[in-house]
Amino acid sequence: MSKTPKKPYLDTPDALGNFGPYGGRFVSETLMAALEDLEALYDRLSSDADFIAEFDKDLADYVGRPSPLYYAERWSDKLGGAKIYLKREDLNHTGAHKVNNTIGQALLAKHTGKSRIIAETGAGQHGVATATVAARLGMDCEIFMGAEDIQRQALNVYRMRLLGAKVNSVSSGTKTLKDAMNEAMRDWVTNVDDTFYIIGTVAGPHPYPKLVRDFQCVIGREAKRQCQEQTGGLPDALVACVGGGSNAIGLFHPFLEDDSVELYGVEAGGHGVETGEHAAPLCVGKPGVLHGNRTYLMEDENGQIIPTHSVSAGLDYPGVGPEHSWLKDCGRANYVSINDDEALAAFRELTLVEGILPALESSHALAYAAKLAKTMSKDKIIIVNLSGRGDKDIHTVAKIDGISID
Amino acid sequence: MSRLKTCFGVLASQNRTALIPFLTAGDPHPNQTVDIMHTLVEGGADIIELGIPFSDPMADGPVIQLADERALAHNTSLTDALGMVKEFRKTNTDTPVVLMGYLNPVEVYGYKRFAVDAADVGVDAILTVDLPPEASEEMVRELSDQGLDSIFLIAPTTTDARIKKIVAAGSGYLYYVSVKGVTGSASLDVSAVEARLETIRNSTDLPIAVGFGIKDPVSAKAVGSIADGVVVGSALVNIIAQNQDDKTALLTQVGDFTQSLSDAISA
Repeated sequence: MSKTPKKPYLDTPDALGNFGPYGGRFVSETLMAALEDLEALYDRLSSDADFIAEFDKDLADYVGRPSPLYYAERWSDKLGGAKIYLKREDLNHTGAHKVNNTIGQALLAKHTGKSRIIAETGAGQHGVATATVAARLGMDCEIFMGAEDIQRQALNVYRMRLLGAKVNSVSSGTKTLKDAMNEAMRDWVTNVDDTFYIIGTVAGPHPYPKLVRDFQCVIGREAKRQCQEQTGGLPDALVACVGGGSNAIGLFHPFLEDDSVELYGVEAGGHGVETGEHAAPLCVGKPGVLHGNRTYLMEDENGQIIPTHSVSAGLDYPGVGPEHSWLKDCGRANYVSINDDEALAAFRELTLVEGILPALESSHALAYAAKLAKTMSKDKIIIVNLSGRGDKDIHTVAKIDGISID
Repeated sequence: MSRLKTCFGVLASQNRTALIPFLTAGDPHPNQTVDIMHTLVEGGADIIELGIPFSDPMADGPVIQLADERALAHNTSLTDALGMVKEFRKTNTDTPVVLMGYLNPVEVYGYKRFAVDAADVGVDAILTVDLPPEASEEMVRELSDQGLDSIFLIAPTTTDARIKKIVAAGSGYLYYVSVKGVTGSASLDVSAVEARLETIRNSTDLPIAVGFGIKDPVSAKAVGSIADGVVVGSALVNIIAQNQDDKTALLTQVGDFTQSLSDAISA
């Protein structure tokens, strides 16, 4: 390379899966051939008209896309600042953005001829979305989920079982999403010949961060078109929660070239980043290597991954997709954090004011958008990715309220 | 000449296979590791693989995961592991020591600083499980500058094209992973391993050690008859786990087991 492009965050990743210094493919040798095969398959199919048509048809007829862009007028008026629009990924089949990616990867799996699907899950939304596509394709499905998450997301666990998936409880390490991912990797390395691993976020070894992003970009493409139709222009800011970061990348990526659009990724501040009990690697972490990619991590001075905390299981992860790390370093996106109590307040507020029950993950984005809106004039537009619905979190919120609904 | 080269040279001249036990640094307690290493040598170990504990050992089965947890309960760090090698070298200057682990602790330590410090305490080589040759250029260079070898894995799934890349990047010896799976998983198929070793030997003169699925004298003998080295990890770590509360019994059991493996592959 003779010169550095002006916007190095465009046209990523490179051929080796690198987003600047992040990304890559850091796995044990047994998985390298499978990843090379997946990369070759995806390179071929991602430009194949029939594959694209099949994906678009599934998104329309099975997922119910396009998802609406909804002007939350009452809430915006109440806040008194910018107009807030909600990208309603909560209205997708299975109730979150996760299904966009599992539909895409299931189509890839079908082309590999493999008969078994595995996935990791945190809040259970990706597990449900994976079990759903596996049921539809008649493939065996096993989901790995941390023992602690199985407790706090019992509803999704039962949904997965109804869909015919086997849910494996992971009791190693911190018993949450990162350990579920370790265990899924261990299963994959053992059963690599007949198993397709559907990773749920824009992390993991190349080509996962790229292909998951590409499948999720339907969110941003639709939002851009819908915003132009409804308001006659582009939004001024985008806000999305970031755990691994797939809903955020899906919204952000189609707007990367539009310099006037500010991007805000909202990490889980947990009990507050100053307490150390949080899941905000982009806000206070350091670069390192975990789960097949180089990215910002929550780690100690010896390179050990440290436990995270968030009220939302889907954000309770010590790493983040490598493209976010690069967008941060390039200054293209801003990464901020919202604490548990602020997210819970936003959860209640949106439910009362707009009659929409958001997922606790998405509530982090809503809480930040509310703060941001107040600093902007009424002619400005913010799009928030309402990445999932909150039904799965009712038990968690009831418990915090001291109410038993079992 | 490096310790590894000398070691494999001597073994070849005696028509013997290297016995390469694995243990995790700091398991069950950091103050026991050096004693265990000496016991392994007394039992017939030719090379020692010393694991650097990591919070997220993705390529390891439950036995070594638990060993890492025991070591991390005492905050065993990469720095501590280097200290153990330094201590070991006070009385053993011959047995090669290979550090084995995951990339992140080394990233945080810094490649250059790590290479300098590792060479300084008498480490001979590094095997980083999640660093494939494609991404290893800087690490291999730093290690090589300090006279340290870089050991890479070859798996049953490795393509011929990848074997060429791996043997070009690797030095010291190659580590053939005998089964698809994590450490401590199913038994291996010796004839399938033999066929693979033949393919690999067409591309390299480096010695080839075989690991994963070798758990007793019988499997050690079978693999020893076709490989240049036999790595035994989970079976040994299991003995350490079972005797974690009794230091004396631990050393006796580890010594006896190592001797039984050594006798089997020499027979």
